[in-house]
Amino acid sequence: MLEPILTVSNLKTYFFQDEGVVKAVDGASFEVYAGRTLGLVGESGCGKSITARSILRIVDAPGRIVDGSITYCPPNAQPMELTQLPAESRAMREVRGKEIALIFQEPMTSFSAHYTVGNQIVEAIRTHERALNKTQARERAIGLLRQVGVPRPEQRLDMYSFQLSGGLRQRAMIAMALACNPKVLIADEPTTALDVTTQAQILELLKSLQQQFNMALILITHDMGVIAEMADDVAVMYLGRVVERGSVDQIFHAPRHPYTRALLRSIPSVTSEPRTKLPTIEGSIPHPYNRPQGCPFHPRCHECIAGVCEQHEPVLVTMNGGSEAVACFLHHREFIETELTEFTK
Amino acid sequence: MTNIEKTNSVNSAVRPAMDGVHSVLLDVRGLKMHFPIRQGLLQRVVGYVRAVDDVNFTIQSGETLALVGESGCGKTTTARCILRAYKPTAGEILFRADGDMVDVASVPRAQLRPVRRNMQMIFQDPYASLNPRMTLADIVGEPLLVNGMTNRQQRNDRVAELLRLVGMRSEYMQRYPHAFSGGQRQRIGIARALALHPKLVVCDEAVSALDVSVQAQILNLLLELQSKLGLTYLFVAHDLSVVKHISDRVAVMYVGKLVELAPTARVFSAPKHPYTEALLSAVPIADPRRRSQRIILEGDVADPSNPPSGCYFHPRCRYAIERCRMETPALREIEPGQYAACHRADELTLIGAVTHS
Repeated sequence: MLEPILTVSNLKTYFFQDEGVVKAVDGASFEVYAGRTLGLVGESGCGKSITARSILRIVDAPGRIVDGSITYCPPNAQPMELTQLPAESRAMREVRGKEIALIFQEPMTSFSAHYTVGNQIVEAIRTHERALNKTQARERAIGLLRQVGVPRPEQRLDMYSFQLSGGLRQRAMIAMALACNPKVLIADEPTTALDVTTQAQILELLKSLQQQFNMALILITHDMGVIAEMADDVAVMYLGRVVERGSVDQIFHAPRHPYTRALLRSIPSVTSEPRTKLPTIEGSIPHPYNRPQGCPFHPRCHECIAGVCEQHEPVLVTMNGGSEAVACFLHHREFIETELTEFTK
Repeated sequence: MTNIEKTNSVNSAVRPAMDGVHSVLLDVRGLKMHFPIRQGLLQRVVGYVRAVDDVNFTIQSGETLALVGESGCGKTTTARCILRAYKPTAGEILFRADGDMVDVASVPRAQLRPVRRNMQMIFQDPYASLNPRMTLADIVGEPLLVNGMTNRQQRNDRVAELLRLVGMRSEYMQRYPHAFSGGQRQRIGIARALALHPKLVVCDEAVSALDVSVQAQILNLLLELQSKLGLTYLFVAHDLSVVKHISDRVAVMYVGKLVELAPTARVFSAPKHPYTEALLSAVPIADPRRRSQRIILEGDVADPSNPPSGCYFHPRCRYAIERCRMETPALREIEPGQYAACHRADELTLIGAVTHS
């Protein structure tokens, strides 16, 4: 079995605010392998973006990683424990951008409008590879833009981000993320702001780049269609937790967690009957200050077991030799049986 | 008389044959919206952005027409022209208000209010479209106040009724929008739009900003309200899978023009325009066993201020022939009720969304 390049286990990132503690990420565990794509899926507020930011240690105050570990195992080198490194340390800055890179959600706001796109890509290159002079870095930047399919890269390099179309801007963002050949690429909703046709182009590009460089890709999205198209492994998040994990085929064809099942049912599809009612998930995502007791999904769950789900928090239990995992009492028979016998006593 | 007959004959091309003229609620004829590009010291007009360029369609009373296309194709501009948020450059927008057909495009500003009462809009972003300093009672009650319901008690009763209609508790009336989630806010926006018993509701990307679980709830609510209140929807959206769940007919736009107009099932199963085919194939399908051989469109959407010659889609079309470069295709009936603007619509067999087999 391959060794994972990045292992996140029981990650907890909390935001300490005057009104209370927001548990943005509250027990996220998953593994990422070189050359494979992990899809991190969930609705807004489930903590998927904060998980990505935690890995790169760029969580803004008052957020803080309070527990868990993020282990980065570069090939032919010592494993690094990212949670132990100070966020501003030299070692962390070496990792950030060079080993693990992030494509941000909004290409419009993630480029500075005061510098040309080229200027920003060159800066990224020269931060990590000080041996290169300006001309060499510029050559490299042009090459990168060409690689990601930007037409006339020599001219586009001297443009500002607002002069580029959404698709080109996202391509430039990818070029910048690829500047130092990262081993792990995190793409946070890379296509959410784009049209479907442009989305198809960008997804295709990410796929081919991954094959070319054998990168590990973490694809964060709320779009189950994108996940089905791209991912090898999937982790489903709900209210800061990974509630189910498995291969893409298992998640879509044999989902275990009621949330995963409900989520899959509620997606409108181009292949379904027109003008039909969609099955929905009752209620809405709870407010972060107001997390339900017990299993976070129990107030919206159809299969909620009275006396168990609202009182106990299910843990992520691995199945099928570790490749799959689910955090739901429906699949933890033993626990329920002992609990119910106590209940009846 | 002859004049009317003439315009009718032009437009019969885009009206579904099955429906009688009497049930037409909205009839858009030759709609054009050109925005001038000004440059230089004197701000001279150097060109025009043809945001909407000769669009024709009708909406029957009680039906849902979806307007789909990529960003910048003019779908939102079309919707705004219909609401007269913009005054169109040319064309007629005939709307049946209180029995008579009124041309919204040419009504004087002073007489707009009674027309607008019959057409309302649901906005995309539920966070930006509600005033954070107003309570729900004020937000939903404002259109009532503006249209002459000055009695507060009467107004609040109507607001309570509206909130219940969209599935919210009327006790929430004195709260502010920040207390509600995205889905609930969108319900508030819908309640506001329904306050004046409109006939036509324009939904501009009304569910695009919502999470999938909430999106399904709002789509179901819109379907339910339509059957309960007999509403007519113009549903502007870019998400084809959402469109499929709500619309009777679909109009596909590309660079300011309609390229296809057909009943929903036809658009998805047997599209007649290569752009529709490409658009359908680009939608990711939530099934890893059916990773599609998608058609990747090269390049970007054409620039509406400097469109290509002939068919605007020809530089990106994989079926383009010499004729497409030279001649602009007109929207014509290919199959009964199905219209497409493509020279090769008759000979091409295009692939729709793959259905479950």
